[in-house]
Amino acid sequence: MNPLLFGILALLMIASALGVVLLHSPVRSALSLVMTLFLLAVTFLFLDAYLVAALQVVVYAGAIMVLFLFVIMLLNLQADPQGMAKVGVRFAAVLLASLFLLAAVRFFVAPAALGSGTGMGGTPPAGFGSVEAVAERLFTHSLFAFEVTSVLLLVAIIGAVVLAKRKLV
Amino acid sequence: MTVVPITWYLILGAILFTIGAVGVLIRRNVIVIFMSIELMLNAVNLVFVAFSRQLHSMDGQVAVFFVMTVAAAEAAVGLAVIIAMFRNRETINADELSLLRW
Repeated sequence: MNPLLFGILALLMIASALGVVLLHSPVRSALSLVMTLFLLAVTFLFLDAYLVAALQVVVYAGAIMVLFLFVIMLLNLQADPQGMAKVGVRFAAVLLASLFLLAAVRFFVAPAALGSGTGMGGTPPAGFGSVEAVAERLFTHSLFAFEVTSVLLLVAIIGAVVLAKRKLV
Repeated sequence: MTVVPITWYLILGAILFTIGAVGVLIRRNVIVIFMSIELMLNAVNLVFVAFSRQLHSMDGQVAVFFVMTVAAAEAAVGLAVIIAMFRNRETINADELSLLRW
């Protein structure tokens, strides 16, 4: 990807991610998160992950965020002035997070870059990131995990219905 | 045309993850905390896809597939918990939901 394009995408992404955390109204936070997810999908396209980019838009920005907005509107949440923690907690959280970021970049990102040079591994093979390529890997190497996922989803559906029922049994 | 090295993607992922972690720590609205968790999951997805591209391996994208599935299940159950919580306590402020706090 062109460095300039990456810079614009990264800046927009960081700005909208900050919007999720800093905006007071939950609806604005949710819309900010949708923006972040869309920008991530664009980044996935540049990384030749076409299926993942499509799934990102359909599943995340579509289904999951609609669920979030639906619950926010169902509970009729207003922007609350007490939406943030106390100043001391906020300061400590930002300090800890900055330390985490420094440590992550210093000890994980720097060695990863050293081991692999500076490029992105050259041109990928034909069909990289296509539905066929992902499915081939998914249904040979991770078939068991795939099947277990269906059980997980079934349990989650039943759990969600039971939890959200009007009268808890 | 110059290529953006993988380091940049990793740093972007780390920044997004950190913003999500800060959101979990400083926000008191349970739904916004939940959205921050989604942000952290997506930061990890970005790193998976970047490494998948660099190593020419589909495993990273398969991992993203599973992360998305688990995130969808987690969102459904979590939001159901929030609805049940709101019905019983009339609040979704994390500071007021302190029954299990030590």
